[in-house]
Amino acid sequence: MLYLDHVSVSFPSFRLEPISLAVENNDYLTLLGVSGAGKTVVLELLAGLIKPDGGRILLNGTNITHQKIQERRIGLVYQDLSLFPHLSVKNNIAFPLRRKGLSKDRLLERVKELAAETEVSHLLDRSPGTLSGGEAQRVALARTLAADPEILLLDEPLSNLDVKLKADLRKLLRRIHQSGKTMIHVTHDYMEAATLSNKVAVIQNGRLLQHGSPEEVFRHPRSAFVAHFSGVKNLFPCRHDRGEGGEGLQTALVGDGVRIRYYGERTNEPGFLMIPEQEIILSEEAVESSAVNQLRGTIREMNLAGPGVEVIIDAGVDFVVSISRHSQTALQLEAGKGIWLNFKASSVRFIGD
Amino acid sequence: MISDWKGTLFLAGLGGLILLFIVAPLAGMLLNTSGSQYVETVADAEVRRSIRLTLLSSFAGVMIFGLAAIPLAYLLARKDFPGKGIVNGVVALPVVIPHSAAGIALMGVVSRNTFLGQAAEGAGITFVGGVAGIVVAMAFVSIPFLVHAARDGFAAVPEKLEKAALNLGASPWRVFFTITLPLAKRQVLTGMTMMWARGLSEFGAVIIIAYHPMVTPILIWERFASFGLSHARPVAAVFMIICLAIFVLMRILSGKKPESRHG
Repeated sequence: MLYLDHVSVSFPSFRLEPISLAVENNDYLTLLGVSGAGKTVVLELLAGLIKPDGGRILLNGTNITHQKIQERRIGLVYQDLSLFPHLSVKNNIAFPLRRKGLSKDRLLERVKELAAETEVSHLLDRSPGTLSGGEAQRVALARTLAADPEILLLDEPLSNLDVKLKADLRKLLRRIHQSGKTMIHVTHDYMEAATLSNKVAVIQNGRLLQHGSPEEVFRHPRSAFVAHFSGVKNLFPCRHDRGEGGEGLQTALVGDGVRIRYYGERTNEPGFLMIPEQEIILSEEAVESSAVNQLRGTIREMNLAGPGVEVIIDAGVDFVVSISRHSQTALQLEAGKGIWLNFKASSVRFIGD
Repeated sequence: MISDWKGTLFLAGLGGLILLFIVAPLAGMLLNTSGSQYVETVADAEVRRSIRLTLLSSFAGVMIFGLAAIPLAYLLARKDFPGKGIVNGVVALPVVIPHSAAGIALMGVVSRNTFLGQAAEGAGITFVGGVAGIVVAMAFVSIPFLVHAARDGFAAVPEKLEKAALNLGASPWRVFFTITLPLAKRQVLTGMTMMWARGLSEFGAVIIIAYHPMVTPILIWERFASFGLSHARPVAAVFMIICLAIFVLMRILSGKKPESRHG
């Protein structure tokens, strides 16, 4: 298990606040945050490329905070990959193996195994400068795996790749993870986190805002930043009417006075309301149902989104609703049509400022 | 920005004058030496001995002092330490001081009445009037060329590659010899070539420490002083041709694009 215990570091223009985080063996943790949030700093601390000002890093119970880079067994695949330009692909992959005292035949055999695993067997005699982005990414992975690290760190591994290459590389990363490797993956794309990892940690301005399973973080964000960053589209600043609410059912006002009811503790504080787009039901008429929130709106825009349709409805504020194409046809939805939005109070979540 | 053709022609004319300034005396020297003079000079044992001594002494200086100069260059490129600016200045000193003054300064360190001179004598090494003195004098005036070129070469190697190599489990020594040095190789070799070439032409510092055995610049001067231009010119021409040939060859070898290593 990897454990960061109140690890912090300061630079003239950036400070990573004390961060505590546990990564179990065979976890796939995604560090999620915008550029400059401090994600890469965390990776560099783990790899030993920078030294923390405070706290400690434990790997399987051993304090590795001040251990030399080359002794850590934490492999880092840089965002720019840092392939050695003067060595062929074969010699790049062989680089970590040369210190292991393998025979020439065994070394070559191992290089071929790793190349096959990462699907770069046909590139072994090429120079790194001649590789495409996807090929170079795979070679960098093969080279880091050759060092047999206990933990694999990946800095934005899917950035700068096209959709097809991203899908291929995601498959490869899953396969490496399934082989038993503990992985920490830095990204600014919550979809990567949702599709690859079993743990997510969100970092902003050098602070760890929230961590847990993707379900916990994405469904129950503890801050507006996390909610917004998690791809939640219906996130509205709200205020409360003094004296309203009671028995757990609260009323908040969004936009120019659109009233939305939710369950939560009574408060007069402003904050944000979050309504998952898939929890909103559309109907042509106002219907009797268990949904206490019923709003009349007008369709502003409809966009194809994967297998379904994303409908943007102006109901005082712009709601985003995901529906199937079948529902779109059945309800004869089109821009300008009036429509009712229905959602339960229990689907709405209030997040304090 | 000068973009019209008249401006370009003006710049080309000025550049041509500079090229002429460099090429004309050298071409004149080569063309004013007859074929028979070339043959006689090449056959002259004293000239051959002198050229061999000059080439080898400068080469020895590069090899011996390079062992410490290259690590120093790496240190200057990679590490920050108090007094780094002073160290950089000290390394550049031999370029700016008159070379005869450099010879006098070296004499103060390696002459027979100094500790180092006596210790060297005890070990069978003679600086004053000896090959060791020639090597030291040549290295003293030419070492900045190696340190500066190698320092710039090391500085141009992305530090990230070194850290990536460490992250892959390599020791710092292995990182230096397998990543840093190969990637800075071209500039290190250029520096070595420049140091060697500068050492070959050294006259002022060498003549003070070791008039004999006679290196070629001193031989040329001696023949000029004793017999005149017509006797000095063939030696200078032959020496220049040999130096140029070696220099061009080394430039071609070190200028080759690095190839990926296979196998």
